[in-house]
This record gives sequence, C-alpha cells and structure tokens, in this order.
Amino acid sequence: MERIGVYVCHCGTNIAGTVDVEGVARWAESLPGVVVARDYKFMCSSSGQELIEEDIKELGLTRVVVAACSPHMHEPTFRRACERAGLNPYLFEMANIREHCSWTTNDKAAATEKAKAMISGAVRRVALHQPLEPMLAPINPNTLVVGGGIAGIQTALEIADAGHHVYLVEREPSIGGHMAQFDKTFPTLDCSACILTPKMVSVGQHPNITLLSWSEVENVDGYVGSFKARVRKRARYVNEELCTGCGICVEKCPWKVTDDVFEAGFAKRKVIYMPFPQAVPKYPVLDRPNCVYFKKGTCKACQKFCPTGAIDFEQQDQILELEVGNIILATGYDLFDCRRIPQYQYGRLDNVFTSLEFERMSNAAGTTAGRIVLRDGKTEPKSVAIVHCVGSRDENYNPYCSAICCMASLKFAHLVKEKTGAEVYNFYIDIRAYHKGYEEFYHRLLEEGVHFIRGKVAEITDVARLPGEEGKLIVQAEDTLLGKQRRVPVDMVLLAAALEPRRDAKETAKLFGISCSADRWFIEKHPKLDPVATMTEGVFVAGCAQGPKDIPASVVQGAAAAARVLGRIQQREIALEPIRASINQDQCSGCRICNNLCPFNAILFHEDRMVSEVNPALCQGCGTCVAACPAGAIAGTGFSNEQILAQIEGLLLLHIGNGRKVTEAREAVPA
Amino acid sequence: MKKYAYFPGCSLEKIAHSYHLSAIETTRKLGVELKELEDWNCCGATTYFHVDELLAYTLAARNLAMAEKDGLDLVAPCSGCFKNMYFAAAHLKRDPDLAEHINFALEEDNLHFSGKIAVRHLIEIFVNDVGLEEIKKKVSHPLNGLRVAPYYGCQILRPRKDHEDVERPQFFEDLMSAIGADPVDYPLKLHCCGGSLIITSRPAALSVVRSLLQCAVDRGAAVIATACPLCQVNLECYQQQVNQEFGTKFSLPILYFTQLLGLALGIPPKPLGIGKELISLGPILLQTR
Repeated sequence: MERIGVYVCHCGTNIAGTVDVEGVARWAESLPGVVVARDYKFMCSSSGQELIEEDIKELGLTRVVVAACSPHMHEPTFRRACERAGLNPYLFEMANIREHCSWTTNDKAAATEKAKAMISGAVRRVALHQPLEPMLAPINPNTLVVGGGIAGIQTALEIADAGHHVYLVEREPSIGGHMAQFDKTFPTLDCSACILTPKMVSVGQHPNITLLSWSEVENVDGYVGSFKARVRKRARYVNEELCTGCGICVEKCPWKVTDDVFEAGFAKRKVIYMPFPQAVPKYPVLDRPNCVYFKKGTCKACQKFCPTGAIDFEQQDQILELEVGNIILATGYDLFDCRRIPQYQYGRLDNVFTSLEFERMSNAAGTTAGRIVLRDGKTEPKSVAIVHCVGSRDENYNPYCSAICCMASLKFAHLVKEKTGAEVYNFYIDIRAYHKGYEEFYHRLLEEGVHFIRGKVAEITDVARLPGEEGKLIVQAEDTLLGKQRRVPVDMVLLAAALEPRRDAKETAKLFGISCSADRWFIEKHPKLDPVATMTEGVFVAGCAQGPKDIPASVVQGAAAAARVLGRIQQREIALEPIRASINQDQCSGCRICNNLCPFNAILFHEDRMVSEVNPALCQGCGTCVAACPAGAIAGTGFSNEQILAQIEGLLLLHIGNGRKVTEAREAVPA
Repeated sequence: MKKYAYFPGCSLEKIAHSYHLSAIETTRKLGVELKELEDWNCCGATTYFHVDELLAYTLAARNLAMAEKDGLDLVAPCSGCFKNMYFAAAHLKRDPDLAEHINFALEEDNLHFSGKIAVRHLIEIFVNDVGLEEIKKKVSHPLNGLRVAPYYGCQILRPRKDHEDVERPQFFEDLMSAIGADPVDYPLKLHCCGGSLIITSRPAALSVVRSLLQCAVDRGAAVIATACPLCQVNLECYQQQVNQEFGTKFSLPILYFTQLLGLALGIPPKPLGIGKELISLGPILLQTR
C-alpha cells in the first residue's frame, strides 16, 4: 500500500473563496492510502513546499498530491520539492481545483463537491505512478532563423555576436522586411532605412551568420537540440562568387515589371533587380517568369554587359541540409488587402492609397522622390483623409487591433502636413498611443492642427451631393463626438490597413510543428510569461509572426528569443520530459494511422519490418497516437490505461461509492 | 415547373399594382408558377415589430405557416415583406420557446410553423432559380443599348442575411445584361431611398431622392430599375417635388425590373402595367420596340 499525502491550497481566496478547503482536506484523509491531508494558505510558498518535504521525510510518504492551480503554473515547483525530499518527482500528481473548479462557478457546494472528486481521482491515479527519469538531449549550437525582417535580424545578430552560428533564411532577395520599405518611424521620425541598414550590413558581413536569401525552408525533421532543416536556395541566375553588385545588369536590362513586393505595386522594377539600393546581399536576382530570354530565347542584355561574367542562365536551385539545435520563426505579416472593403473603393478610385503605398511615396528613394502627390504623379493634395482600422477591429474582417496603425496614421498626418501643408483629417475609432513617447506624439499632432474625427468611415465616394464636393473624394462618417453625420471632401485618402498573418502561416506552422490561433497568428507558450517560446521545444517565435506589433516590440522579441536560445546553447544539453508514447512492436500492425496524426513528426515507420516506432526525443507526450491506435499498441508513459481508468473511478467516487469499479457502476445506472 | 407560394403584400394590391401584374406575367412566361397564399395577412410593415414584437412575429408566422402547409417556399416581391418574413423565420428557428408560444395561437387556425420553408425575394427567383442563361434564351426583344441604373435599395441585402455580398452585389446588373440592357455603374445602388422619411422629415427624404436621381442621370441612365414598391414611389412620385425644391429638371422613369424583363420577353406593355406612370416612358418604349 502506498503512503499518500494530500495538500489542498487556499490560493488566498482564489480557491478558498469558493471551495471549503478545510472540509475537503479533512474528507481526503479518509481516502484509501492517504496518510496525511492538509490545507495551507499558499502551497507554492517556501513554507508550503517545506511542509511537503517534511512529511515525505517524517511520515515516509511514497506519493504526493497537491490540489491547487494548473500544472502549467506549479507542477515543476512541487516536483522539485518532492525531489529535494528524495522522492522521484514523477510520483507526484496535481489536481487543478482553481482553473478547473473554483474559478468556474460561484456555487460553493458544487465547487466543494467537484474539488473532492478531482482529488479522489488524483489520489487513485498517483498510486499507480511509476518513477521516471528525464532524458538528456545534446544541443547543437547552430541556430536557424526564418525571416530576415527586423525581428529576424535582431535575433540573428544577438546570437551571432555571442559567438554562435546562425543560418538566416529569407524568402525575398534581400533582408530588411517591411521596415526597409518605410519612410520614417514613429514617434521619433528618424529615417527607417538609416537605422535599419547598419544592422543589415552587420548581418551580411558577420562571420557567424550564413545568410540564405531568396531561399525557403522546405522540410524540418528532428527535435530540440538536433533539428535537420532542408532549405531550397532558389537560383538567382547570378553567380555570387563573381558578382560585385555593381548594378550594370540592372541598368542594362530593357524590361520593366510592376514591383508588387517592395514597392507595394506603386512602382516598377527591372526584370533583373535588387529590390532597393541598400539590399543585403548585394547580388541581384533574375525574375525568371518575366525574363524575355527565358520566355523567347533572346536578349541576354545582362550577360553581355556584366563585367565579371556573373550572369549564369544555367544556374539551378540548390538544396541545403542544415543541422541546428534551435529554430526562431520571425516570418512577419502580410498587409490586409483593402479591396476586400469595397465601400472604401481602393483599386476603383485612383486617389485612395494604402498605408504601404504611402510609405513608398513618402520615401525619398521611392518613385516620387518623396513628394506627396495624387495618382497622376504631379498634383499635390490640398486635403487628405486618413482612415484608421481598415480591416482591424471589425468583425467582418479581423476582430483584433493591429497595434501599429494609430501611430502610423499619426506619422502619415505629420508627413503630409510637413510636405504639403494640406488639411489632414484622421477618422479613428480610438487613438491607441500607449508606449513611451507615443501620447506626446499624438499631442504634437493635435498642436500641428491635424483634425481628428471619431467615427468609423461608412464609405468613400466620388458622388457629389453638396456644394464643394464636385471632383473630390467624399469621406462619410458619423462623428460620434458630435452625434452627426459628416461628409468631408478631400483630394486623397490613405487607408491604414490591418496587419494579417502571412498567407501561408498555417503551412509554416505545420512545417515547424507549432500552432496558430484562430486568426492564424503563431501561438506562444504563455501570453505573458513565455511570450517567445512555443509548445514545441526548441522552436521560438519573434516579431509580427506572433501578433501585430511595432518595431520596438519586434526588436524586443527578437532579442528575447535570442536570449532563450543562448541559454539553451549554454546548457549544452536539455532535460526532456519523460512523458512519452511508445509502440509495442509486437502489437503494431503497421497501419501507419499514427504516422500522419503526430503533430510533432515523431513517429518513424520501418519499411523493412512494417512497424512504427516513436522517436522519444521528438515525442511531446500529447497522446494523440495513443488514442488513435486501433490495435491499442501505443502506450503513453504516465498515461497508461490503468492510470486513466483509476483517475476516472476516483472522479466518480461520490457517485458510485467508495471502493467500487467503474464497470460495476455501469450496471447501476439505468440505460 | 417551378412553383412557389406568392405573398404579394399590400403595396402590390394598389400603388404597386404594375409590379404585381408584371411579376405574374414574367414568371408565367418563364415557366414559374406563383400560387398566391389564400387569406394572407400584413407582413408587419416597418412599424409593427417596434410596437408589439410578439404580435408582429405571430402575423409573419401565420403567412409562413400557410406556405409551409402548401409545402412551398415563400416568395415576396416587396423588399420590406421579404425582410420581415425572412427575419421572422430565422428568429423563430433560433427561439423555440417563442415558436412554441406562437404555434399555440396558430393552432386555432390549424396552422403550424416549423421553419421548413425558405423565404425568397422575387428577384432571386429569376437570378438563381430560373437562371440568367435560361432568361437569355427566352429574350425576344432585347433592350439593346438601354442604359439602366439597377437600384437595389436596402432591404434585399440588409440587414445581412447570410454571406451575400452586401457591399458590391452584381446580380441586378447581371440580370439587366441578360435582357440586353446596358447597366450603368451606379454607386448609390445600395443607398436608402428615404423610406418612410418622406412622411416624417420631407426635406431629408427629398435630398436623398435628389442625390439618387442626380447620380443616375450623371452616369447616363435612361431609367432606374427597382425591386421594391417603396423605392419606386419615393423616386417617381416625389420627382416633381424634388424639381420644385432644388430647381432641377429630372424626368427619369422608374420601372420595376419585372416590367423591363417583360418587355424583353416580348410581353406587350399593357399587361405589364405600363401606361400608368407619372413620368412618360415614351423614349424608352420607342427604344425597346
């Protein structure tokens, strides 16, 4: 017979406010095997933990149950307490009587009953626990960073500066991400490129960074400490060994196409191109689908003029196999497609612009050389409306706040005012200016004479109704401060478009074995306390891939993810939870149902023997395969059938009576 | 033959009689049978749901239950009737307690609402059930070159009923194209016609009507096609007042889409109720014959 100790936590009033904790503890003493049951104000405090340690030593406890909060919070705490007192930490079980019980109801009697049931389940289960030993896995010190925007750049530099190797994979020809497209940054109005390009240059020149631009990760195998990533380095048709980045090929290329990526469709680029002058790496990329040589077999202007013979039309994609210990995903965001809100007329009325188009227009390196002009390319607007929350905070599109648009809109208003002197009208729902220096920037704009109208824009139209509206764009909104409909005629409208997850965010998440929220942002391990880790060991997220955020927040996350990875590398090896599935090879029929279900790609199939096997280092112990196996050949350590059934019997104790089995109770319940 | 329960509603008995006539003629020509509900009652109009919800739902439920008894989907040509009965059906399906309550009353009439039938607007029947290809085949007098402003008004689409495109629908234009007409890009096609504001705030309503007419004229429309009696009345009957109020010279015919469709199908004007307009159709009829 095991000697079990039960500890019921008050958690201040979090639990004790709804559950009769003293009564529950007294009741628990009567459960089979329980030698001591106590309640205590805060079990997680040092003295709470010492209580357990003393009982283990003095009363010779062989099993411990703590009824408190979620195991996500304090399971490690109590396991360590057991371990300090010489008890294997896996001979411990936690009953969550806070999130699963006291917080869900105000009914004291019901909560107390439920707490009893949960404790009785935990007591029966813990009696069947086996001692387990954590597994150790070595950590490869190389790191894979996916995405070369500001978050990816920051994280790569932090790790590389600490002396470890980084593979930085970027889908576009150059790193820099969205930040490279911007003109000024809020609230300081410093030039985006001026603060970004030094970091880009550092990445390009860093001895510890292998920069793989124009490349994508195609497959990921392995587990924390030893991932294998297959990367496709697409053919640039430019030999990087020979290319000096002189740009003569770009100059001589006779063909132009619209640049939908870097210039947001606002300008053209050559078919062989560098997206922008400060691109890193400096090598151009030949856009094969649009290249006349590839389409018609003649041209080769770039090759003829290249002084170093670097143009190579025969170049092939390269497949690289990288071995890394940790992965950081900094894949960024896509801009909301404003055409989805037809009443804002983007794509129909010429002088409606998106925020990214405005950034390119305002940027001195852009097609208008920084002049703010209408779509005709020459007329300066005399009045400009800026529409906030386009596609954000709108249940028809995205319910969430995109976090950056208020401040970006204020920045646009300032730039328009400064460059053209136009009247500027901001149509907003709320102004969210919540970080250092932001509120001050808002006040600066108010003093500059920018108009702020609180109201969601109903529509933008060119149908004039009132005098003064002819030839203008009319922005109609209810001014909710005045309680009146307003029609504001303007020359130009800027739409502050929402940030959305990358189009392929779900596929990316699947590739790396992590999860997306309902709106497709990558889910962090804990929204407050573990914001850059994920539920998959060794895979971290940073920047907008995890949710909308501005440049400072992206940099913070990039650095935070780097710190987490550096900590891992420093430890050299990692202790893995021994909660694992294992397949009984004799019972496995080789049906392979489990192979595809495993979210962590942890199950291998041996073609020769026609059986599946779990890679214990990769398995996260989720139990999906255990439940799915039609032959019942898979068992989860710590989750055996006996343990689960015992727990269920315990949960039903109050209904079926002490000492009885679930199978007997079934007969007692009328069908 | 496609068969539906037909709910004309009060407007089509009098002021919009031409809508009723043209609906019957065009559906017959296209092989659709409209079986008028016997002893139908008021849909609740714009006011009753705000006065007494329970009784208003009961009124609507009675019409729905009668169609259900015939086992036919219910078709309403008036956008207001359509909206009321659509939402009454949807609401009663979501609220079984209310439905039970109302069914208790309906039992007196040997009726029962269970929500089995769909509520449809007349224009949907042409566009979705008959189909544009089928209509094209039957067009004998295409309205070539007739510039029509397709005016949806509000209640066919709003409030949002399902996942339809409420911001930039295209089906009315497609229907007009199918009969050979030339639908103009009419940016105000979903705007309010003024509704019953003409009674409570005439200046506001006239201003709304004026911009609808002005926009149609600016876009080169020779006629506005509507699918709702109230839109038709506001745009046609108050045109003269708009002219007086704003010094404009509008003389823009406002027809039901079924009347234009009927002409294209070769039905003579009179059975379509043409000839009773306040604004002469002369030039249009010349163009279409």
